[in-house]
Amino acid sequence: MNTNATTPPAAIAVEGLRCAYDGRVVLDNISFSVPRGQIFFIVGGSGCGKSTLLKHMIGLHQPAGGRVGYFGEDFTGAPAARRREIMKTFGVLYQSAALWSSLTLRENVALPLEEYTALTRPERELVVAHKLAQVGLSGFEDYYPAEISGGMKKRAGLARALALDPQIIFLDEPSAGLDPVTSRNLDGLLLSVRENLGATLVIVSHELESIHGIADRIIMLDRDARGAIADGHPRQLVHNSPDPRVRDFLQRADCASPAAEKPPA
Amino acid sequence: MSTSATTITTAAQARAVPEQDAVRLELAGSWRITTDTPEWAAFDTASLAALVSLTPALRPDVSQLRHWDTSLILFLREAGNWCAQNEIAFDESALPANIRRLLAGMRAARVRPIDTQRRPNILASAGLATASAWQQGKQFTQFVGECVISALYLLRRPRRFRWRDCLHEMQRCGAMALPIVGLISFLVGVILAYIGAVVLRQYGGDIFIADLVGLIMVREMGAMMTGIVIAGRTGGAFAAQIANMKAGEEIDALVTLGIRPVDFLVIPRLVALAIMMPLLSLYSNALGNIGGMTVGALLLKIPVSAYWIEMQSILDLSDITTGLIKAATYGVIVGLAGCLRGLQAQRDSAGVGNAATSAVVSAMLYIIVACAVYAVVFNILGW
Repeated sequence: MNTNATTPPAAIAVEGLRCAYDGRVVLDNISFSVPRGQIFFIVGGSGCGKSTLLKHMIGLHQPAGGRVGYFGEDFTGAPAARRREIMKTFGVLYQSAALWSSLTLRENVALPLEEYTALTRPERELVVAHKLAQVGLSGFEDYYPAEISGGMKKRAGLARALALDPQIIFLDEPSAGLDPVTSRNLDGLLLSVRENLGATLVIVSHELESIHGIADRIIMLDRDARGAIADGHPRQLVHNSPDPRVRDFLQRADCASPAAEKPPA
Repeated sequence: MSTSATTITTAAQARAVPEQDAVRLELAGSWRITTDTPEWAAFDTASLAALVSLTPALRPDVSQLRHWDTSLILFLREAGNWCAQNEIAFDESALPANIRRLLAGMRAARVRPIDTQRRPNILASAGLATASAWQQGKQFTQFVGECVISALYLLRRPRRFRWRDCLHEMQRCGAMALPIVGLISFLVGVILAYIGAVVLRQYGGDIFIADLVGLIMVREMGAMMTGIVIAGRTGGAFAAQIANMKAGEEIDALVTLGIRPVDFLVIPRLVALAIMMPLLSLYSNALGNIGGMTVGALLLKIPVSAYWIEMQSILDLSDITTGLIKAATYGVIVGLAGCLRGLQAQRDSAGVGNAATSAVVSAMLYIIVACAVYAVVFNILGW
């Protein structure tokens, strides 16, 4: 692992993290650090613990061991009030979008702003309109989540995750269930979010095109290893990883990608 | 040696035909697992053994097959096993590759016995149940504590309170429950009056029906019937709503925004019920007494005015107040049970159903327990 603990502090530092449910260890000894502004992918096959790792990182589950820190500050061991403060700097897009079903899209995006900003109502409305336009949902402000498609929910969820201009954005399978065009647009949107806000992105995905398209770095988890089996840039790992599982996974991506440099061996 | 000669050609058939180098096992017709196909167990293996003793090899031939599926593979597997047992060569070379592959797969398949270790024994079950009861108690206590902390927090910052949700819930659990609460209360009043009439008539005390119905409705039944209706109607709905939100990660989305689900979801609902329950209970009292009055007027020929005056003579403000105190308590109980079960739910559709059921059951249980406690307490206080 290429942990670098020198200044400036990494946006995310995970040290020896152990994730367990009911005493059953799913992941063990996970360590990595993500510098500010990186687009960091967590990849791996089904059931290898990608979402589990994400939920431990954002504090929904308490780790069975190890720690998670943000910008040089310990998150795992922090008191509950401080943890809530740190959580406010996250934007999270959940796998199921998790829009609040009793609120319209406008209200969904506005809620974090209402809770944590002193914006006036017109300013808030403007921010909401801007965020929804960014994800291509202008005109759907007054729809309820149940009235829009799965892909639109995902995008609305992203708009909500971006509402407070978070420093770190976690996305759990952002492009699952999206058509290829929307999915590429989403990648473009994520790149622009990084450019504009300097945000750090942590993305759980197995969408290979996205991985090759926008990832600065990937960490690959494996169910049997109960941990990471690769860490690096996908371009390097695709041919140079010592682990055949990693090469295999990424080369399938290579052949699916129109930007592939050469067909798989 | 063949199966019946009169079988329809499309039906699955198997027969043994002796040839020079081996016995040919001719398989013909349509082998479908959903229809009757020849079974190896029913095959005339005695005569087959006689045939094979001359040329000790069996060669399945599938050239006559119209259609085949797993039933054929099962048959071939049995045939192969029989050959192995009797030391006869089973010549698969004439079989197409796909049948050979499936046959090999079927041979390799192993049926594992049911793992009895996964079923806990009675001691373990008792232990788990005890641990779970302890956990439940702990979670309930913790939840009540969280509600108190949230309530104090929101008292200091009333702007954070979700008035809109609260008003919405008040409308849903209050105004929209009026028809059902009204009907049930009226009927309870009627029933009480009928039962009372049976006894009181014997002593010529018909007029005391008014006292009986009035007192029971106002002190006990008004609040309790409303509580039970609301437990079924609203408590279950709260649990299902919140459990659904949990399954859809909506609760997680609140938590990661630093918003406490109790502030956001539970307190508005509790406040709505605590305000609406006493009002519903007053309404229930009125309808119950109208029920009693109706029976009195129609059956016992008590003038409505006389009924009204008699009822007023027995009821005082303390009776109404005790009823209202109970109603508010039941409201909080229903809200707590509904929200807690919702928040505890498993993240799947079965979890939503279980949460709703268990919210209704526990709300009713706690209502009856609270009623008993109040009966003792009010008796001691002399209210």
